[in-house]
Amino acid sequence: MKNRFEKIVFYAIVTVIIFYAVFPFYWAIVTSLKSGSSLFNVELFPTNPSLRNYIELFSEESFIQSLVNSVVVSGLTVILSLVIALLSSFSLARVRFRGRALILMTILSVSMFPQIAVLSGMFELIRYLNLYNSLAGLTFCYLCLVLPFTVWVLRGFLQALPKELEEAAILDGCGPLKMLWKVFLPLAKPAIATTGLLAFIAAWNEFLFALTFTLSSDKRTVPVAIAMLSGSSQYELPWGHIMAASVVVTLPLVLLVLICQRQIVSGLTSGAVKG
Amino acid sequence: MQATETTPLIAVPEPGLMKRFWNFLLYSRVLWAWIFLAPTLIALLVVAGRPLFGTFWLSFTDASLLALDEAQFVGFSNYTTVLTDPDWWTAVWNTVVFSVVSVGLETLFGLGIALVLNSTFPGRGLLRAAVLIPWAVPTVVSAKMWTWMFNDIYGVVNHILVLLGVLDQPVAWLANPSTTMAALIFVDVWKTTPFMALLILAGLQMVPKDVYEAAKLDCDSRLKTFFAITLPLIKPTISIAVIFRSLDALRIFDLVYVMAGTTKGTATMSVYARQRLMEFQEFGSGSAASVLIFLIIGFFTVGYLWLIRPSQRES
Repeated sequence: MKNRFEKIVFYAIVTVIIFYAVFPFYWAIVTSLKSGSSLFNVELFPTNPSLRNYIELFSEESFIQSLVNSVVVSGLTVILSLVIALLSSFSLARVRFRGRALILMTILSVSMFPQIAVLSGMFELIRYLNLYNSLAGLTFCYLCLVLPFTVWVLRGFLQALPKELEEAAILDGCGPLKMLWKVFLPLAKPAIATTGLLAFIAAWNEFLFALTFTLSSDKRTVPVAIAMLSGSSQYELPWGHIMAASVVVTLPLVLLVLICQRQIVSGLTSGAVKG
Repeated sequence: MQATETTPLIAVPEPGLMKRFWNFLLYSRVLWAWIFLAPTLIALLVVAGRPLFGTFWLSFTDASLLALDEAQFVGFSNYTTVLTDPDWWTAVWNTVVFSVVSVGLETLFGLGIALVLNSTFPGRGLLRAAVLIPWAVPTVVSAKMWTWMFNDIYGVVNHILVLLGVLDQPVAWLANPSTTMAALIFVDVWKTTPFMALLILAGLQMVPKDVYEAAKLDCDSRLKTFFAITLPLIKPTISIAVIFRSLDALRIFDLVYVMAGTTKGTATMSVYARQRLMEFQEFGSGSAASVLIFLIIGFFTVGYLWLIRPSQRES
């Protein structure tokens, strides 16, 4: 910083950025704590905050059901993807073989598919497998979304592990299976946790598949439930409830992301930038 | 090391045939690499390959949502249906406007935030944490949050703008297509600028410090340093980030669908395709639109893959 003026400008910019980034979510929290007519007063702090919106929201069975559905589907998707991806990312990161570049490119391009491109084919397949309007069906199509991404990010992490350990393990007569289990798995634990978190967020936030492949409200995930929360008419949307639901779905993610900042940033950027 | 990767890794003194076979099974890394890959490849074939093929096939049939099994081959007629539909071209135009403006703004703001984050100052950690919040908010939630903030009567956006004297009276932002599009872009910029900033920041941090030391001798102003040194060095990162974000913007669905529904004035290509599939129940023409989107985005994907091709980076 050269002089005081520059310093002031700099911090003004920083303040504006922080305000811009944080305010909308703050506003959602404020709105969710208001009820009745105070909902429609614009005030920076709720004058008499109440948890009524949350209590009403959680007294609706369908919302709780949606939360459970989201947890189940995202959890299953993450576990399945991680198990499958750990094996293949080990191969792709640590073994040199013919066709590896081609497989890598294929996996990366699958992760960039526009979801809409598989929508009608997926619909047909899910109908055929009798998985329409079921959590199993959602988990099935979330694999299409999450698995390639998981492989790619996990591979980036595994690639960065030091080579010496592997060489030492080879000298000790350690086979590939044992090497994965005894050498890489313990080392990759933080990477697996980060990748799992990123995958979980992707599954948790998914909307298009959840909207298209579920029919009844007891099979909905939270994003669809929030999108469909409505009042008696189009002009009487229950904003208090919608904001309360939004906070409930978002707060855990925001906290997790803030706690694991460093790892998430490295996971995200390695997934996108590093080849 | 090269020879050891295709042959057994440790020298076994004159083993029998059976023993050698076992050693091959246990220690051949290439064999195990393929065994480890198999579940991923099979899963991708089932959950991605098969549906993609299905969409291609359906796009050449007259399938409808209710009669998927009785689909008949009809050639390219679905493609002519879509390509002669003015609504499709409106959707293409909407998508292009949305993508170009939002990715452009995100790059600009992302670069700014990345530059701020790349300097050391007290409060840097706070800024980085704050910037991550929009990224963590689910798209549906941000759509709802902003719909509420853009509310014409009770919305905080109008309130602030009127208070600041920018507006004389509240604007019904989500009531007509052009302001709705502006609002959509605004929300997308809010949500995805952090990602852009983080990508660009990663690029900035790869610039060696001594480059700046050298620049101090030659460039008299910081602005000059930025344009002469920093920008050229992070250009590859920026172009990768731009393509990566463009891929996302071109397929945008949830934000538009939740904030504006299927209104013609703002419907993007994905919204158009899904409307044909699920609302008009025309699986043939809906799939054709999906294939067209796939091809457009495929074009960009190839560009992206070409930019990051791993052959150059791997040791």
